[in-house]
Amino acid sequence: MRGKVVIAGVGHTEFGKLEGRTPVSMNVEACRKALKEAGVAKDEVDAVLVKYPTSKFQSKFGQTVAEALGIMPRIGGVWDQAGASGISMISFAAMAIEHGQCEVALVCMSDNPRTGTRSAYAKPRGGADGSGTHGWVSTTAGYAMIAQRHMGEHGTTEEQLAAVAINNRSNGAKNPNAQLKIPITLEDYMQSRFIVEPLRRDDCCLISDGGAAVVVMSAERAKKAGVDKPIPILGFGQGQTSWEVAQRPDLTRTMAHKSGATAFKMAGIAPKDIDVAQFYDCFTITPIMSLEDYGFCEHGQGGAFVGDGGIGWDGGLPFNTAGGLLSETGMPGMQLVIEGVRQMRGDANLQVAGAQKGIVSNQGGEMHTHSTLILGQ
Amino acid sequence: MSDDFPLPEIDDVNAPFWDGLKGGKLQYQKCNSCGYHWLPARQECPDCLEANYEWIEASGKGIMTSWVVYHTAFIPAFKDRLPYNVAIIKLDEGPQLASNIVGEDDQSNFKIDHPVELVIENEHGVKVPRFKLA
Repeated sequence: MRGKVVIAGVGHTEFGKLEGRTPVSMNVEACRKALKEAGVAKDEVDAVLVKYPTSKFQSKFGQTVAEALGIMPRIGGVWDQAGASGISMISFAAMAIEHGQCEVALVCMSDNPRTGTRSAYAKPRGGADGSGTHGWVSTTAGYAMIAQRHMGEHGTTEEQLAAVAINNRSNGAKNPNAQLKIPITLEDYMQSRFIVEPLRRDDCCLISDGGAAVVVMSAERAKKAGVDKPIPILGFGQGQTSWEVAQRPDLTRTMAHKSGATAFKMAGIAPKDIDVAQFYDCFTITPIMSLEDYGFCEHGQGGAFVGDGGIGWDGGLPFNTAGGLLSETGMPGMQLVIEGVRQMRGDANLQVAGAQKGIVSNQGGEMHTHSTLILGQ
Repeated sequence: MSDDFPLPEIDDVNAPFWDGLKGGKLQYQKCNSCGYHWLPARQECPDCLEANYEWIEASGKGIMTSWVVYHTAFIPAFKDRLPYNVAIIKLDEGPQLASNIVGEDDQSNFKIDHPVELVIENEHGVKVPRFKLA
């Protein structure tokens, strides 16, 4: 089904501190804009797939969003893979469309951890097993634990972690939609305070309010409807480790190797064919390890890859061209899909000239879940 | 402050773990069907899925596979302890758990896979497993 389903339109709210906006309201705004961009009437939508807001669980949230949209879909509900949900829902929509289960899907996410609650992020990692008694709390600490192991096992350095932050912040500084438009130098990074050592403030994603949505339909339908610049989905895949960080057999492997292998096989291309990449950068260690597991470099060499110019505009792989979670918005992943689509359409803010193939990497939890999307012409 | 301290939630399944610590023993579960060893407490073996296990005393020896140092108190109960460490311990018998390294404040002495040994300490009236560098 390579290329048979497209992303027909994208939409999002402002990103940052959006006082008084609820996740439902921001989902509706994002969907309204995505439908408008695609030129699709809401009556045509027969699937509404929603990531539930991480900060605060609400039962039947998918139906709540569909109600606010005034849509009675054939398929609807929430997907719970944390930050991998966006691409996983797009993949599900593509498969459902291919098999006649629905025709036009809205895939969306929104949360308000900036002005609402974010207590879910401070809960003990192991639940009731007593690890909270040892102070083992916070998502940041999970990634710090992984980063420490990677640094110890593979010699990854603070300067290499910084290279990710410097690249992404530099791109975000030029993005008018970005929440944080302040570029940083290595010196700034080294002066940034530790949150959970070895991770510093500048290693950590933003905390953001916002919403984003995409419209998914068949390439055939998009052509008939005269959609302007529909972007074909060439490949997708998923992979998961189910173990909590403390139980994981190998801390330095992400499931990008599984999700990436599936997606590249489906697309019939390899990492060397990719012109532009949008990687989940909740913490700087995440894209470093994901680059390894996708095969952009050898296992253990992700730090050297980003530190030695493997990413960036100067001969490297153009990377997180809108700023990612470190600079554009801390939203868990859909903004990366939107930027990936814009790069393929040729209308991105920082456009990679002539880009033909793009990869988007989503992941969630503390590297529990992974999903991959390959877009292209 | 102790009212807000995140003490373990003890139930029928994990009670032997906490009772063992009261008696000076760190225990893990061993599957009587396939021989797999694990923590934290579960009702079925995560390897063969059978519900036929016993609690076995660990040697208390293991390694720290990684560690972090908190400079932020994500829950107020830990504010007075900053900076504090959390390490992942892999016991010689296989099971893994999150814990703290005690008796060593100099982080430059921490290394991945450094050998560690069990130290049972009192935390808000509960006996908990911590570890020292061996």
